[in-house]
Amino acid sequence: MALSTAAQSYLEGYEAFAALGAEPPQLVELRSHARERFEALGFPSVLEEEWRFTNVAPLARSGLENLVEAGSVNAAQVDALSYDGCDRLVFVDGRVAPEHCTVERLPDGAFVGSLRQALSECPDLVLEHLGRHAPTQDRAFSALNTALFVDGAAILAPKGSIFERPIHLLFIASESAEGHAFYPRNLVVAGEASQLTIVESYAGLCNQYFNCVVSEFVGEQSSHVDHYRLQRESRASFHIATVQTWLDRSAVFSSYNLALGGRLVRVDTGAMLDGEGIECTLNGLYIASDDQLIDNHMRVEHKKPHCNSHELYKGILDGRARAVFNGRIFVHQGAQKTDAKQTNRNLLLSREALVNSNPQLEIFADDVRCTHGSTVGQLDEEAVFYLRSRGIEEEAARSLLTYAFANEVAEGIRLPEVRQEVEEFLFNRLAAGEIVRQAV
Amino acid sequence: MSILEIKDLHARVEGQEILKGVNLRVGAGEIHAIMGPNGSGKSTLAQVLAGKAEYEVTAGEILYKGEDLLELSPEERAQAGIFMAFQYPVEIPGVSNTYFLKAALNAIRKARGESDLDAVDFLKLVRERVELVQLDESLMSRPVNEGFSGGEKKRNEIFHMAVLEPTLAILDETDSGLDIDALRVVADGVNSMLRDDRAFVVITHYQRLLDYIIPDHVHVLVHGRIVRSGTKELALELEEKGYSWVEEEAATGEAVSA
Repeated sequence: MALSTAAQSYLEGYEAFAALGAEPPQLVELRSHARERFEALGFPSVLEEEWRFTNVAPLARSGLENLVEAGSVNAAQVDALSYDGCDRLVFVDGRVAPEHCTVERLPDGAFVGSLRQALSECPDLVLEHLGRHAPTQDRAFSALNTALFVDGAAILAPKGSIFERPIHLLFIASESAEGHAFYPRNLVVAGEASQLTIVESYAGLCNQYFNCVVSEFVGEQSSHVDHYRLQRESRASFHIATVQTWLDRSAVFSSYNLALGGRLVRVDTGAMLDGEGIECTLNGLYIASDDQLIDNHMRVEHKKPHCNSHELYKGILDGRARAVFNGRIFVHQGAQKTDAKQTNRNLLLSREALVNSNPQLEIFADDVRCTHGSTVGQLDEEAVFYLRSRGIEEEAARSLLTYAFANEVAEGIRLPEVRQEVEEFLFNRLAAGEIVRQAV
Repeated sequence: MSILEIKDLHARVEGQEILKGVNLRVGAGEIHAIMGPNGSGKSTLAQVLAGKAEYEVTAGEILYKGEDLLELSPEERAQAGIFMAFQYPVEIPGVSNTYFLKAALNAIRKARGESDLDAVDFLKLVRERVELVQLDESLMSRPVNEGFSGGEKKRNEIFHMAVLEPTLAILDETDSGLDIDALRVVADGVNSMLRDDRAFVVITHYQRLLDYIIPDHVHVLVHGRIVRSGTKELALELEEKGYSWVEEEAATGEAVSA
């Protein structure tokens, strides 16, 4: 099937979609524009610079259909994917599952719930931000999500609110999602001087599906947001996401993008630093094996002076896995005293694994400190020998060094439950994981 | 029985023969110093003993406690009680010094059929041994050697040695780059570990270290052969006269035992 025809088939649901109920005119317009954009753009081809190394033909060919009705999951399945100490919103196949949501102790005036509910309870605030940050003009999948999303999470933190407990947004692809596509849509608005921690996690209980996500984050003046994105989709799944953040003066935003699953994964992470004195940290870890492809595209824009952005992305690839890292830091004219640092390091554990790493700087201000670096390499044989000469078995030495490579990112994760999940993943994945577990 | 016996050892790296017939016998409780000019093969000898794959042994044999050492992998050698303090200790970003030692000690204990040391006993051991080398305790939780000064790296090697308690310790130019205070600390560490059933091979370019670690035997390695062996007085003689006279002797092909 040609890409354009395949793309068209996804819009078939669009008409049926209108039957979901009346939506505010702004949203109708937003969707209609997004739909037009997707129709015009179609699925991206590898001839496009932004998609050079990621061929979405397998997705186009897969014949997935839009999911009309969400499946269900049971309490045990939810519990297995939950974290202690977090408030939890559960979404099954992109729709909220109220019976599994547990939210307690919210600050006064805060909203934590489904986007659909937020649209009816506080439409003005939602519509002020929804679709205003994630670009759809030239982004096919962001446009597709905007045209077709049914629901997702909305977190609206009023001015000065402090969230004592992290909020876990748990997205599960149920067994009913097999062979289907769905489009979770999330909006987080951290009001002035608010503080909150958000975990977005994705998991699948079936094999092949397409999870097309857009998450928009707004950090108003002096807000503090800790964000974790833990992607552990099924190994035959497609996961294509846009995570777009807009930050105002003195906002602090820290995000960890942890990609451990999926067959074809693409995440476009963008941050717009639109006020002075912003601190933005975007770290990532991707671990892939077999024939997984994990593509991270980053775009950090410094629009105002005195902002810091730091990005550390590390990848571990085994088997025939492939990864793409494309990082762009864009410093606008007048964004003096920008301090931007971007680092991408890749560890290849097999001969067939491949990485395309492309860090880029575009600087239009003259008093800035911007650095970027990218490495692709194997384990340091000197280090392996050093460990072996102290009595550590070769396999254990390699596992320990691989763990250490990942841990540079993982150790920065402040939420213990998330850090432990990443560590567990590593212990299970590494050949001598048990020895590493004992050692660390 | 000797702890170490090297017989007519020939070894090469990248096709170039570096060791050209080394003979050495190290008994229990002894300290042997191996001296020699740069490029004489001292570090090659250390690397061959530790089992580095790039160094190919083309002839000769090495017996460790009567067993063929060359049959063993680097980790098996360590598990059997051989320790090499590296000339250039490797930085291992992301592996904390303590975790690393715990993994090493447990691997060695496991190979000896002993159970893992529990966390309390391990920490007790580490605290006790870290004092020996006067290493700042904050270096314990830092990644192995990363950001350590040259002297800290060398003292860290001695610290590892003190925790792992080898039967045969090979110190590969541990003194190079050390100021006199650090040198004394390293020497004190070694001296405190002297035992009747333990042996040291101290490789050095300078006699200075041997003022603090008193060797029972001194050997001079030149062009891949031990050309002269003697007592600690030989080291003083080398310090005074330099290496040229032994190199000249070596050129004439005579191996002299003083």
